[in-house]
Amino acid sequence: MKKAESIILLIILVFLAIFPLIFSNPSTTSVAFFAVIFAVAAAGWNIFSGYTGYVSLGYAVFSGVGAYSLALICQKWNIAGGYTPFAFVLVAGLIAAVFALPVGWIILRTRRHVFVVVTVATLFIMQLLAYNLEGFTGGSAGITLPLPSWTGDFFNMPFYYGALILLVVAVSVSWLIRHSKFGLGLLAIREDEDRARSLGINTTMYKLIALMISAFFAGTVGAMISYFTSTVFPAEAFDPLFDIAVALMAFFGGVGTLAGPIIGALLLETLQQYMSLQFSTVGLDLILFGGLLLVVILLLPEGIVPSLFKLVSKMRASHESTPIPSSSAESTDSERLAVKEGKNG
Amino acid sequence: MDKEIQNNVIEVSTISKAFGGLRALENCSLNIQAGSITGLIGPNGSGKTTLFNAITGYERIDSGDIRFQGKSIAQSKPEQIFKLGIGRTFQLTRIFPKLTVLENMHVAVQRQGKGNMFSSWSAAHERRKALELLDFVGITKHKDLLAGNLSYGQRKLLEFAFILIADPKIILLDEPAGGVNPTMILYLADRIRELHQQGLTFLIVEHNMEFVMNLCQQVAVMHQGNIIAQGTGAEVRSNPAVLDAYLGGGLE
Repeated sequence: MKKAESIILLIILVFLAIFPLIFSNPSTTSVAFFAVIFAVAAAGWNIFSGYTGYVSLGYAVFSGVGAYSLALICQKWNIAGGYTPFAFVLVAGLIAAVFALPVGWIILRTRRHVFVVVTVATLFIMQLLAYNLEGFTGGSAGITLPLPSWTGDFFNMPFYYGALILLVVAVSVSWLIRHSKFGLGLLAIREDEDRARSLGINTTMYKLIALMISAFFAGTVGAMISYFTSTVFPAEAFDPLFDIAVALMAFFGGVGTLAGPIIGALLLETLQQYMSLQFSTVGLDLILFGGLLLVVILLLPEGIVPSLFKLVSKMRASHESTPIPSSSAESTDSERLAVKEGKNG
Repeated sequence: MDKEIQNNVIEVSTISKAFGGLRALENCSLNIQAGSITGLIGPNGSGKTTLFNAITGYERIDSGDIRFQGKSIAQSKPEQIFKLGIGRTFQLTRIFPKLTVLENMHVAVQRQGKGNMFSSWSAAHERRKALELLDFVGITKHKDLLAGNLSYGQRKLLEFAFILIADPKIILLDEPAGGVNPTMILYLADRIRELHQQGLTFLIVEHNMEFVMNLCQQVAVMHQGNIIAQGTGAEVRSNPAVLDAYLGGGLE
């Protein structure tokens, strides 16, 4: 199953790589850019929240920090529009990762529901700070980023492929973590944090490192979007809807899996962009979108990827000639062994 | 006498722990000799699990000291204590249900150096050891199954096995025989004896008296947060204070 997931991911990445060559219409590639950049966000979110089970609704804290970092860097150093700001997207990611250290140190003292609430609170604190630290953030007027000189059909390309490179990195990092000792520790934290501690896992450090890696990707996403739109405002940089969207995408595709969040993001973001283009005049897009989500949650509560794999293994099982005994009914080896030993003893 | 003190793996000296008005442990002292199997018995609520939690770093004690091989561990965190060589199981078995049995085994593997954290979770030698231990408890066949699909008894075996992977010096078992069928209890006792012969020390909380009396050379009895008697099974059984604690004292 793990192998199948990796293959699916590879196919998706190859498809995304050639997508703009087939569909070069700017309005299509603009939607594609958002879909890919949200896939980066969902994959990054998944590294912390998916693997450790600490559902964060404050992911925009870090994307906002990334957005403002890039804006301020470009402003202070008079960087012109072009390819240079893309290099600073990575710097913005690093700043967001460093920012996650003190934030994580505080918010990771809580768990479960309290943690969710605290992340939301942190988001609004950041938004208020952005509004009020006018000398630094420009307040509600925001900051303008340099405008790239590209025009027409080409404008979206650098952004699209920049986002795609980030996605490849995010997927690779997710894969490496999932197959590492560190990743196993994160999954153990998700299952039973106290048990993990009593097996020698420094859970505080594990969670902090995961949060920082996750924040790095959020920072790059925030920076990319702000450069794409050439502006950064408090309400957009620290947007609660961004958090809900990212979390939904991950849950929709399959939280904690490798491919799930990416598939979820690509489908939902494309759909949302399409619906807002088609039906936004009457506000129908949000209703349709919400209704669809409800249907999916009712039918596939675990998300697309886990549900699909379950279906496949069920079909395989029914094809095989010998029925697989259910685990609860089978008399277990060790118990049988114990019976034998008991009789001997 | 001096030598005996040296031989103690764990020395609990006059520790106290209160939860609000409830004094769970009061000036409790207990020494565990290296290479022994010590049983810890006592009525419900006498403080056995609290003592376990204190030793393994889950509860900060209010006063007193706990030493492991001569060093104080009273202020240490659970993960540090495990790394020193004290493994434990929980009263209600705690495994990682959505990880496979083999993944469960690898969680407790300790690695030196932080860089190693990002290499594969299952190095060849670690995998070999994990499979050996699964063999030892007889559940190798289920290595790729999600641990949540195991029966209760098998979960106990898994929990037991994944502690062993870190080569602990002492294992604290909290009711290993609870909720397990009689044949499985015998099987578990055999495993414990085998490990004991290899030099492992055990401290076992258990209500099953037959299990305790057959397995443990030393038995300590807790009552109202204190150790009221310690000795061989026979000594403890004939101790009037123990009879009082179990059958209800208060007879002047």
